[in-house]
Amino acid sequence: MKDLAVTDLTLDAAIRFLWEEADILDRQDYQAWLPLWAEGGMYVIPIKPDTDDFANNLNLIYDDAKMRKARVDRLQAGFSISAAPPAQSVRTVSRFVVTDQGENSLTVRSALHVIEDKFGRQRAFAANVTHELMLVDGEIRIASKVVRLLNSDGVLTSVSYLF
Amino acid sequence: MTEAMSLDDFPKGPDAPDYSEFAGQDRVKTRMYEDPALFDAEMEKIFGKTWVWVAHASEVPDKGSFKLSTVGTQPVIVSRDRKSNVHVMVNRCRHRAATVCEVKQGKTSSFQCPYHGWGYALEGSLRAIPYTEGYSADFDKGNFGLKKLRVETFEGMIFATFNMDAEPLEDFLGNAKPWIRLFMKQGGGFGVKVLGEHQFRVPMNWKIQLENTTDAYHFPIVHKSFLQSLDGEASQTFSFMDDDDGYVEDLGNGHSVMVMMPELIDLDENLDAPIPERFHDLAESLRDRYDDAQVRRIVRAVGGCGFNLNLFPNAACSLSFFRILRPVNAEETEIRHMALGLDGGPAEANQMRMRLHEHFQGPMGFGSPDDSEVWERVQRGTKGDPDGTDIMVNRGLGLEKTSENGLPVGDISAETGMRGAYRKWKEMMA
Repeated sequence: MKDLAVTDLTLDAAIRFLWEEADILDRQDYQAWLPLWAEGGMYVIPIKPDTDDFANNLNLIYDDAKMRKARVDRLQAGFSISAAPPAQSVRTVSRFVVTDQGENSLTVRSALHVIEDKFGRQRAFAANVTHELMLVDGEIRIASKVVRLLNSDGVLTSVSYLF
Repeated sequence: MTEAMSLDDFPKGPDAPDYSEFAGQDRVKTRMYEDPALFDAEMEKIFGKTWVWVAHASEVPDKGSFKLSTVGTQPVIVSRDRKSNVHVMVNRCRHRAATVCEVKQGKTSSFQCPYHGWGYALEGSLRAIPYTEGYSADFDKGNFGLKKLRVETFEGMIFATFNMDAEPLEDFLGNAKPWIRLFMKQGGGFGVKVLGEHQFRVPMNWKIQLENTTDAYHFPIVHKSFLQSLDGEASQTFSFMDDDDGYVEDLGNGHSVMVMMPELIDLDENLDAPIPERFHDLAESLRDRYDDAQVRRIVRAVGGCGFNLNLFPNAACSLSFFRILRPVNAEETEIRHMALGLDGGPAEANQMRMRLHEHFQGPMGFGSPDDSEVWERVQRGTKGDPDGTDIMVNRGLGLEKTSENGLPVGDISAETGMRGAYRKWKEMMA
């Protein structure tokens, strides 16, 4: 990630960061993903489409750093049948919209499309993703990430990788 | 052609075979998982005849509340009318079949068909038709209400049936009733409320799910990665395969109970026991509003029950949540994992309930995806020698004891509950 060090959190820098994150997640290189997070960062995949009160609602994922690490350990340890092997995924991130901007922070909403393949059957997921990004010692870090899946409150299929 | 063909003469298929022979004492035929004709027969003879779980009362809390559900493959609306009576109706306009509601849950004063505007009351009666002059004088709106099912409730659980001659719900639940009452104690002195639900679809026959809720044998294998994510104290709770006090009891009528943690059967007992360390923060947080006895009761409720109660054919009260199955077709099933909390209880208690639920359940939990994977693997495996090799549910046979109800009791990993469910299946399919 050294080549992505920036002094100014521009949209251009943020987009390069989000593409790098997408590539890491498709490669399932979770040990490279965990350090992208700022301290206290929450990773949330809500069920209710219209809420920001994640603590008082049931979510698909509501992870602080400890749960994130446990989740990654589970996906990588080889004891989870759904993740050994996991589905393979290819994703694109696009349609970037800046929704908030501070001196050392930028909030970006983007469109995410993921196709997964397992057992030769392919499934598609689409989501609106909101990243709150911040600069920490010249590096972009994720202060929060909320993935709002289409049909999040409907019937989904199980997922053995991360959005 | 001057004379229209009577619809009564519409050609029918050959008489269905007697599928009940597919279920034996210790095994079932592989075709049980994949035969579309058998699936259709199940929808008629089981889901069309018996009591089916459709909703919890907290999902339709107020006058005018409604929730969409299903009975077998049929879409239904569960509604509460102005007198607080609950109704279950087929979600299909009596005119030309369009669904009259596609909002999953909410409040309304009526249901209106979007096609020609037929309007129905909360209890299903047809109230309004646009341009009534196009119908002759003998058209009686009273004959065209939404198709209604029989509805009965027990301890907040709403069941419906198409069978107007079905036995009373309480007779059908029978020996399961005391277990339902025990399960509802996790309201902790408040009522039990649905807090939210995880829903996912799996390419499997519905009976693979029916079996799983009474299958402790798979737990340490399939859920090893979940167990590894727990701290030592919490993982002790799930050591039931290595303990010798758990059991599976056939409750009759296809129902069964699997007791994994006998110390958590009755949540009103053992309230003087030390509060487990993982609940210390919650207990401390509650002390400014509740006395010691209430704190202990709430904390014990948050931890949930120690058993899975399987209710034939589509519901389970599973440790601390409802697990509802919805058959889609012979090789497709939808699962709902409904998180439960304390109705009107302290927010931090319900937050902890939801965090515990999220940890294991749902499409991205630490447990459900692994369940989902093995269920799909069962369905894929049944393509191998479907007519020569049977599905075995014989574990524990010859080792069972007899309960005071005169029914079999096996050890924690025995397939006693599956055999009970298949005995009911066989009876209903005959």
